[in-house]
Amino acid sequence: MSVSTSDEMVPPTRRRAWRSSPVLRFVLAQPLGAAGLLVILIMAGAAILANRVAPYDPEAVDFMAMLAAPSFDHPLGTDAFGRDILSRIIHGARTALSIGFLSSLLGCTAGGLLGVTSAYFGGKVDLILQRFVDIVLSFPIIVLALVVVAVVGRQPIAGIDLNLIAAIAIPIVPRAARVIRSAALAVRAMPYIDAARAGGYRHSHIILRHMAPNVLAPYLILLTAYIAQAILLEASLSFLGLGVSEPKPAWGLMLAGDSANFYQEAPWMILFPGLAISLAVFAFNLFGDSLRDWLDPKFRM
Amino acid sequence: MLSYLARRIALMVPTLLGVALITFFMLRVVPGDIVEMKLRSDGGYVTQELIATERARLGLDRPLVTQFAEWMQGLVTLDLGTSMWTGRPVAEEIGTRFGLTLQVSVMAAIISVLIAIPLGTLSAIFRDTWVDYLVRVFTIAGLAVPAFWLGMLIILGLLALFHWSPPVTYTPFWQSPLENLSQLIWPALAVGYRYAAVVARMVRSSIIEVMKEDYIRTARAKGVFERLVVMRHAMRNALLPAITVAGLEFAFLIGGLVVTEQVFNLNGIGRLFVEAVSRSDFILIQALVMLLALVFVTMNLVIDMLYGVLDPRVRHG
Repeated sequence: MSVSTSDEMVPPTRRRAWRSSPVLRFVLAQPLGAAGLLVILIMAGAAILANRVAPYDPEAVDFMAMLAAPSFDHPLGTDAFGRDILSRIIHGARTALSIGFLSSLLGCTAGGLLGVTSAYFGGKVDLILQRFVDIVLSFPIIVLALVVVAVVGRQPIAGIDLNLIAAIAIPIVPRAARVIRSAALAVRAMPYIDAARAGGYRHSHIILRHMAPNVLAPYLILLTAYIAQAILLEASLSFLGLGVSEPKPAWGLMLAGDSANFYQEAPWMILFPGLAISLAVFAFNLFGDSLRDWLDPKFRM
Repeated sequence: MLSYLARRIALMVPTLLGVALITFFMLRVVPGDIVEMKLRSDGGYVTQELIATERARLGLDRPLVTQFAEWMQGLVTLDLGTSMWTGRPVAEEIGTRFGLTLQVSVMAAIISVLIAIPLGTLSAIFRDTWVDYLVRVFTIAGLAVPAFWLGMLIILGLLALFHWSPPVTYTPFWQSPLENLSQLIWPALAVGYRYAAVVARMVRSSIIEVMKEDYIRTARAKGVFERLVVMRHAMRNALLPAITVAGLEFAFLIGGLVVTEQVFNLNGIGRLFVEAVSRSDFILIQALVMLLALVFVTMNLVIDMLYGVLDPRVRHG
């Protein structure tokens, strides 16, 4: 009885609102994914508020504190130029998350549209597009990204690393296209698509308004999964000296060049940026996996 | 079987041709000019005539279609042209490095599969116990840790423990197999971790799937030891999808080496590729892309053939 009275104390509308909150239901059903989401939110917060959170200017050179070990002043130590590693990691989160998100968004959206279009038209269009996708899929991700870098060059376009975003997004396109196409094929068979065609809507209208919204679940899953891949790829390219360039703080860049000369003197230069990359990728993978289980248990990537 | 193989090999041609077309034309829509870049970096005054003669020497002044046709002709006769940067034949540049990369990636693949199959199986059998959780943490971490950073950590550990650092030049296998293997095992482990994680995850999920099958229940019902049920009945079928993943990921293993070779000072294909990209050496880039695409397509073929051998249901007529 006592249980029912406590239930009655909450107005029914509020209680329903509380229960139907999608965020809360996600946290309860997928605690691991929620943990991943929490890490992502903390990183995003640090990235947005980097100027306030970071103890030092990430580009400030301090020759009095070169290669300083982690201490109270510099919690994660300093690099060969005396720059504070914690501050560089916090500012690096900005680089990693913005490039990771934008390139995954671009790649998945382009790939998704390609996939939906391919599924909608079927027949010859589908055959040709899928053949193209197959061919592009035979480039390993990093190889295609490097070829794009060779094409678009290493100079940021208009102050933004658009060249880098393109290099990361393009290898994602065929992969997203393939997954979204298979989801869209099921949508294509739905009677409402035939109804829309009979209704005389334009192809573009049916594709964008009738088909695309119905593959939103796999699209969101892909988007999260490929942010993880994109962060990893950005770090790799920056590490190779073909991504973000100095003095801009980026995790991959912090591991590049000089840091390898200081294996013995300053292992913290290697340890912490790598941990940041791994943690970010781990968090997005965890969140992406849970999102998949939650949105679409049958869906396999 | 033979006619199937011939048909499959014939089907590889359009794919490779597609890769060649995409690479060739992508690399030629570039705004910058490699010839001008190279001459400028050599120093001195660069005149328009100098650029023109150099372009003519490299054959860049002819129509694109002619250049493509010539490249195709060269590919068939294994004449890959000369590197725009070093001036040495591309085939030679690749030939001296391919062995090293191939060795490391094969080592990585073998080690990873040897680790991944038992791990995945244990994880599936002891599902939702601490064994399973340990393996899952290990595999999820494998997907998150960048191979090049893992390589750096390995070097860091070896330095601290044995004062070992990556050699400037690696000992060839035929000179001293033991020394060669002890040098190359570390990069192999660094790139192999992710591979092992991917394969272990696949083994785990496919064994869990197979253990629900009727024939497993039948085997148990007739009193087959659990060990035999797993080893004979379940693994045989569960390993098929794992082989697919292992094969597909092999091309990506070579991709991972592109970055990791830098960490270990390995003078392999990956490093050559990165150098080619930083110098916009298109002739070299397009040859390397073709090589990697060929590896990928061949691996696909090998997997399909293996499938036929391992699974009588898909035996090719």
